[in-house]
Amino acid sequence: MNNIDKELLKSVADLHFTPLGSFNIRKNGESVGRNSTKEIEIITKKDKSGIDIIVKPGVKNKSVHIPVIITVGDLTDIVYNDFYIGEGADVIIVAGCGIHNPTLDDSRHDGIHAFYLEKNSKVKYIEKHLGTGKGGKILNPITKIFMKNGSEFEMETLQIGGVTYSKRDTQAVLEDNTKLLIKEKILTTEDQEAITSFDVQLKGKNSHVQVVSRSVAKENSKQSFYSNISGEAECFGHVECDGILLDKAQIISVPKVDAKCPEASLVHEAAIGKIAGEQLLKLMSLGLSHEEAENLIIKGYLS
Amino acid sequence: MLELKKVNYAVVDEKTKQEKVVLKDITLAFPENKLTVITGQNGSGKSTLIKLIMGVISPTSGKIFYNGKDITKLRLDERANLGFTIAFQQPVRFKGLTVKNLLDVASEKSNKLSDACEYLSKVGLCAKNYINRELDSTLSGGELKRIELAISLAKGGNLYLFDEPEAGIDLWSFENLVDLFKGLKGKTVIIVSHQEKILEKADYLLLIENDNYKLGTKKEILPLLKIEPKCKKLGGQNE
Ligand SMILES: Nc1ncnc2c1ncn2[C@@H]1O[C@H](COP(=O)(O)OP(=O)(O)OP(=O)(O)O)[C@@H](O)[C@H]1O
Ligand SMILES: [Mg+2]
Repeated sequence: MNNIDKELLKSVADLHFTPLGSFNIRKNGESVGRNSTKEIEIITKKDKSGIDIIVKPGVKNKSVHIPVIITVGDLTDIVYNDFYIGEGADVIIVAGCGIHNPTLDDSRHDGIHAFYLEKNSKVKYIEKHLGTGKGGKILNPITKIFMKNGSEFEMETLQIGGVTYSKRDTQAVLEDNTKLLIKEKILTTEDQEAITSFDVQLKGKNSHVQVVSRSVAKENSKQSFYSNISGEAECFGHVECDGILLDKAQIISVPKVDAKCPEASLVHEAAIGKIAGEQLLKLMSLGLSHEEAENLIIKGYLS
Repeated sequence: MLELKKVNYAVVDEKTKQEKVVLKDITLAFPENKLTVITGQNGSGKSTLIKLIMGVISPTSGKIFYNGKDITKLRLDERANLGFTIAFQQPVRFKGLTVKNLLDVASEKSNKLSDACEYLSKVGLCAKNYINRELDSTLSGGELKRIELAISLAKGGNLYLFDEPEAGIDLWSFENLVDLFKGLKGKTVIIVSHQEKILEKADYLLLIENDNYKLGTKKEILPLLKIEPKCKKLGGQNE
């Protein structure tokens, strides 16, 4: 593993060394390191590219790292990862993709992830995306989450720069007494474009979803945020889309809430605009220049 | 010493397109290393004056001098680095920035809990409960006001501008707050306030009323404040 590999792994998966527990590291379309354990099994798919990750029932306080790195140009890497989370299990899953593309051709990674959560299981899922190097870096993650009674899923996605184009698609189906929390942070600059869409079906009684999206669009970049929350039972849905716009950037937020049951409580909030003038003034009154103040506000906002 | 020479400030009303004079022809020198309290009715221009001094806004005409140097054209951050420190009437909220973040920026160092305690305890807050709190809408108005003061103390300086620092602060801690200002002895401190207790601690008072103003010692100005009706303390012509 060279320094670029290490740097990418550190950024997308907080990996400074070989992780403890189960892991699978994928580089340029191939698995380059794996540890499958008794508690969390990792099995290569037979019919297509990808792996099955099987978390046995009742497994607690364990983690799985499945980072992907790409360090070449002109590559399209499509991978299907399926996660089976056993009853009562409680695990942390760290995914993420780092692309360093030194060429002028596009590199692309489409991670198609499906999570099957059995009863009362709990998952914290962290996904970071990063791009470096001259060439195009394209990421199209698809995440599907199926939640059985009493399960909880917390998802944190972070795309903090360098990704030329991304189309993120997240779908979830929630049964009774479930909780889904999605926190998303996206920064785009230059001519980048990021599209993100959420489709959540609250099918079960007492199912909850909260989506918190914070985005910063700079220069000529463009971001689109689509959400579609449907409530079919007594359920709670809250979507919060906050955006800071700078330069000539654009942010579009398209909410859809679809209540099919009078007991469904669904809310969408969107606040998009430039950095509040008084925030800049406050920081400048502490001695920061305009630019330093702007950077600090953005850093805090995306932290 | 801080001096204003023929300072005017006018705004154009966005709806009527008419010019509105907020401060008219102000010439005065703030006594060096003394506590001056600015008082006057709501809307008389007190906050405007404070913001002009800090460089948050610029005068329509006139000049501002500090230690003999014309600072009228100096930006807000430049004045901050000269030693001007402001606590705003309405503190700003930030999504994602913590009390520690702001204390760090203000003091230009990374504050440990013990450092933060030094500033926060002066405003009656317990550092460990607040240092990692986000400066967002979960803080109460009074908490935010106190934190604003703590941040200004962390910054330090030679010239302090406090805009209604006591507003929203409960009476129980009021005395401590007054002590805090007295503790800035040897600095030029300018406080906007309506509070009698703060007026009583002042060395000098500046009364602003309509198009008029008067700066004097506490003895000179306090009696004027008792004059009714409220808008004619300086005997102005305006009805
Ligand atoms: N940008 C502006 N546009 C319109 N009017 C303004 C503007 N800035 C200040 N004013 C007006 O100038 C006057 C003085 O405002 P300022 O905030 O300085 O009052 P103040 O004395 O601090 O009042 P308070 O005691 O309520 O804090 C007010 O009538 C206010 O409406
Ligand atoms: Mg005011």
